[in-house]
Amino acid sequence: MSTNSFLGVFAKSPLKPIEDHIDLVDQCTQLLAVFFQHVYQCDWISAEAVQQQISQLEKQADKVKRELRTNLPTGLFMPIQRQDILALITQQDKLANKAKDISGRIIGRQLQIPESLQESFNTYLLRCLDASTQAKNVINELDELLEAGFKGREVDLVERMIAQLDEIEDETDSLQIIMRSSLMKMESGMNPVDVMFLYNIIELVGGLADTAERIGARLELMLAG
Amino acid sequence: MEIINDYGFILIVVAAVVGFLMAWGVGANDVANAMGTSVGSKALTIKQAVFIAMVFEFAGAYLAGGEVTSTIRKGIIDTAYFIDTPELLVFGMIAALFSAGIWLAVASYLGWPVSTTHSIIGAIVGFAAVGIGSEAVEWAKVGGIVGSWVVTPAISGFIAFLIFMSAQRLIFDTDNPFRNAKRYVPFYMAFAGFVMSLVTITKGLKHVGLHFTYVEACVFSVIIAILVSIVGRLYINRIKFDESLDRSMHFANVEKVFAILMIVTACCMAFAHGSNDVANAIGPLAAVVSVVNNHGEITAKATLDWWILPLGALGIVSGLALFGHRVIRTIGNGITHLTPSRGFAAELAAASTVVIASGTGLPISTTQTLVGAVLGVGMARGIAALNLGVVRNIVISWVVTLPAGAALSIVFFFMLKGIFAP
Repeated sequence: MSTNSFLGVFAKSPLKPIEDHIDLVDQCTQLLAVFFQHVYQCDWISAEAVQQQISQLEKQADKVKRELRTNLPTGLFMPIQRQDILALITQQDKLANKAKDISGRIIGRQLQIPESLQESFNTYLLRCLDASTQAKNVINELDELLEAGFKGREVDLVERMIAQLDEIEDETDSLQIIMRSSLMKMESGMNPVDVMFLYNIIELVGGLADTAERIGARLELMLAG
Repeated sequence: MEIINDYGFILIVVAAVVGFLMAWGVGANDVANAMGTSVGSKALTIKQAVFIAMVFEFAGAYLAGGEVTSTIRKGIIDTAYFIDTPELLVFGMIAALFSAGIWLAVASYLGWPVSTTHSIIGAIVGFAAVGIGSEAVEWAKVGGIVGSWVVTPAISGFIAFLIFMSAQRLIFDTDNPFRNAKRYVPFYMAFAGFVMSLVTITKGLKHVGLHFTYVEACVFSVIIAILVSIVGRLYINRIKFDESLDRSMHFANVEKVFAILMIVTACCMAFAHGSNDVANAIGPLAAVVSVVNNHGEITAKATLDWWILPLGALGIVSGLALFGHRVIRTIGNGITHLTPSRGFAAELAAASTVVIASGTGLPISTTQTLVGAVLGVGMARGIAALNLGVVRNIVISWVVTLPAGAALSIVFFFMLKGIFAP
């Protein structure tokens, strides 16, 4: 007696891997907080160790992403569109890539953050990481959404969470403007190439929040469809 | 005629053995379908599932299995063509049982999803069309049966959709899902109990010697429904509700309530399956017995012999007992994200559809009503992922099973004819 085919009708849920993936991605981005603590101290050995961890987590997330993609054949009947799921995981993946990118560049140049900038930079960084955490919280509502059949109160709740995510992203934008102007005030006394790199890092850190916001936007599209 | 009189007893024994084997195959083959959703959503352990299946499949087969049997026995073929050669009807029915049984065994071995109902109907149509002539087949009836294989999954899907939507509206999409689950789940239990008892009383108890008027049947069913819901409520109140769990875990508590409901719908499903599918095994057997007992006369109105239904019921239960564990064990990890609230909607819809259809006497496929019901829940955005490829395979297997059953039964028919009537 072999397995009965009627039960083969139930396919593996795509939602769980998505949640697993965002959890890994968020772990990866949150390490940036620790990473920059070492960078402020110019403790390059510890910073490099954290950078290795970030890169490891990014690889793990990649693996989950690839598994999800291979396990999502056409011909699955799901409450959400297959394209939306694939787009969402791509977006989530970018978040981890950005974290790896930021830490890689800093290590590559052993780029120091000027002391006078450190405090405001850290505030800015943590707010961007908040966006990542919020994106994780939003995605973790997927199984509740499924329970509630993707409608009603649960959808309203997720919509509110996404709105919060947008607000956080707005805040990071204004923090970024402040960062840039502070850097501009002091750039004449610095190594021009370092300045360019710093601008670049500020840009990339802001990118974390942007990507997190896009994850929320993707989910919003799913709920609409 | 003399063949019937000479070999009558042997033919009955052969038919009974083969019928028993077929029933055994029905039990072993379909148990996973009937119990799968309950085990898959962790509402029942394998042991509990097998136990429930045994009790309720037997009850369904014995108490409400008579109706479809008559269709299998006389509805598919026009018995007028056998009046001069009743032995051909006997051979044909034995051949049909043989071929359906073998086809089931082969298909199960190869892991194909087959429907016990389809294999027996294919087999009966096969021997009648080739052994006697295509005019001996009641094509209109066969058409109706085949039509019902399209219609019943659709109905079942529709009912599942409605049930699931009502659960969403009343329970999940509310301020306090858990409180509402405790409030409304007993009503679903009552509905399951009502459908089950109504069918048993109106369709099944004639052969036990109990006759009820329609009003009496309704009253009794309502009483049973109320009893079921009261017992269910008692069990629900015993759930330990963990207040400390946050809102997201509210649904976890809600699912605990649904798990209890699922035990009721699993009983209902096993009952429906027993009542519907026992006929596949004992319909042909009943035909053989009535021909032999009437010395070759094919009577228009034959009653079921007293021992036939219990034999079929026993066959199903022994198939379950021997193979049930193994079949259900394969389910265990197979289903992810199938929660009791989904499973219950699918099971209740499928069981109601089967039970209603059994009442009309149409032999329908339990598996298909389940597939229809699951798709219905999927339409309501309730299931994370359904494999449409598998649904397609199941559909293909219906189409393949008919000619396969037919071809096999033609072979056996001529073999039997050769053995007994050279």
